[in-house]
Amino acid sequence: MPTIDLDVTTLREFNQTLHDLAEGTNDTYFRVVNPRGRHAIAAGVDAPVTIEIDGNAGYYCAGMNKRANIIVNGSAGVGVAENMMSGRVHVKGDASASAGATGCGGLLVIDGNASSRCGISARGIDIVVKGSVGHMSAFMAQAGTLVVLGDAGDALGDSLYEARLFVRGKVNSLGSDCIEKPLRDEHTQGLGKLLKEAGLNGQVNPSEFRRYGSARQLYHFHMDNLEAY
Amino acid sequence: MCGIVGLFLKNKALEPKLGSMLSGMLATMCDRGPDSAGFAVYGRGDSDHVKLTVRSTSPDIDFAGLGTRLSEAIGSPVAVEVRDSHGVFTIPEGSEEKARKTVEALCSDVRIVGSGTRMEIYKEVGRPDAVAKRFHLEQMSGSHGIAHTRMATESAVTTDGAHPFSTGRDQCLVHNGSLSNHNALRRELRRKGLSFETENDTEVAARYLTWRISQGDSLGDALKHSLDDLDGFYTFVVGTEDGFGVLRDPIACKPAVMAETDDYVAFGSEYRALASLPGIDKAKVWEPKPATVYFWERH
Repeated sequence: MPTIDLDVTTLREFNQTLHDLAEGTNDTYFRVVNPRGRHAIAAGVDAPVTIEIDGNAGYYCAGMNKRANIIVNGSAGVGVAENMMSGRVHVKGDASASAGATGCGGLLVIDGNASSRCGISARGIDIVVKGSVGHMSAFMAQAGTLVVLGDAGDALGDSLYEARLFVRGKVNSLGSDCIEKPLRDEHTQGLGKLLKEAGLNGQVNPSEFRRYGSARQLYHFHMDNLEAY
Repeated sequence: MCGIVGLFLKNKALEPKLGSMLSGMLATMCDRGPDSAGFAVYGRGDSDHVKLTVRSTSPDIDFAGLGTRLSEAIGSPVAVEVRDSHGVFTIPEGSEEKARKTVEALCSDVRIVGSGTRMEIYKEVGRPDAVAKRFHLEQMSGSHGIAHTRMATESAVTTDGAHPFSTGRDQCLVHNGSLSNHNALRRELRRKGLSFETENDTEVAARYLTWRISQGDSLGDALKHSLDDLDGFYTFVVGTEDGFGVLRDPIACKPAVMAETDDYVAFGSEYRALASLPGIDKAKVWEPKPATVYFWERH
């Protein structure tokens, strides 16, 4: 159970240690102290290990994560879990802009608020934000799910593809081609499962959410849509 | 990219440490803007005097001699404090215009970078931590200060292009971003009679704010109007005699983090800049919202 003090060990050394982990390693839990907002902490991990960061992380924390369970006991800077492939990232504080950007898979849970562009260009990641998200969230999101227990800022789901968006609170405005859709049983079931995975089993009622998705009017060029392009 | 830090002390007991806190914050932002740096510190001052910060472009400047001749020209004693390439001349209130003309007439290789009852401004080309050391920022005291590390995009790497820009008494501005309509706005402001010293986009923003304030706007109103009149992306931190303000453009693509405790309000382009402040673990830390004016003032 190694503890890494980033005031002593360089970030590059620590990340290299994580990248060099052999299959079936006995080191399955790493505790990181003194992160002090450093960038790219535990980026590029591809191993079924748990990494717990005690404090605030900087940009691109847990970026490209594959299989690891990464916990930030604090807030995270721009692009937390960006391009995540699989595994789980849990931010106990707030997340800055572009949380979970371009993520292909895995689950990102943010206990606080996420800033602008949360889930931008998502390609399969599931994101659960217990607070609110900022403007332009889920912009051009292709696949995956964004669940927001609080409110969403302006232009939610602008130019959305096939990602599913669920918001329990107020949506300031919807972006181009994003519309509200009926919340049917199949959706509340899927949402309930995801909330359970995010550790909210029974605490939140899936039927309180509203569902948003793509109107699919911008997929192909259409003269009548010229103003929306 | 550029980096900004700002610190506003609520607890007067910390004032002797302002410079050391600010220089620590500035040093963490070196890699956001390695080409030049500058800072404004609001220190001692009284309403009977004005401090004129003069920067020399020549290493051979004789600031003491310049002070003597300035004193003779305005007919009053002038206190001179020299820090590397900058000299701060303390002159009686009411003599600023004459002092400016005198300094410019006596020396061709100086620039007046700012004036104010409490504000002093220092800037140079070079790595920000080295620039801070040259001016002994860590030894300065004051109630608040803002600092900038520059990665030039819109104009050349020169000391004239380094931030902060000051265009009004005790007012200064630092900027992360780039303005896309600065040429058009500069032309418009020139038509209104304003003059410009550089081709820099941030100077346009600083002069615009000073012009709005001269037309009767409060700083808050001036910042609100800039949302309509400035195009581009920006995070601004503005210093005044009493405090500092923060504004991000409506898209907010330039980063900003703030922290507040009972002792201070701090601004950083990134959390790294705030990580070494005392009590940061218990501070309220948040990102300022886009298109929202924030302002803190001394009481």
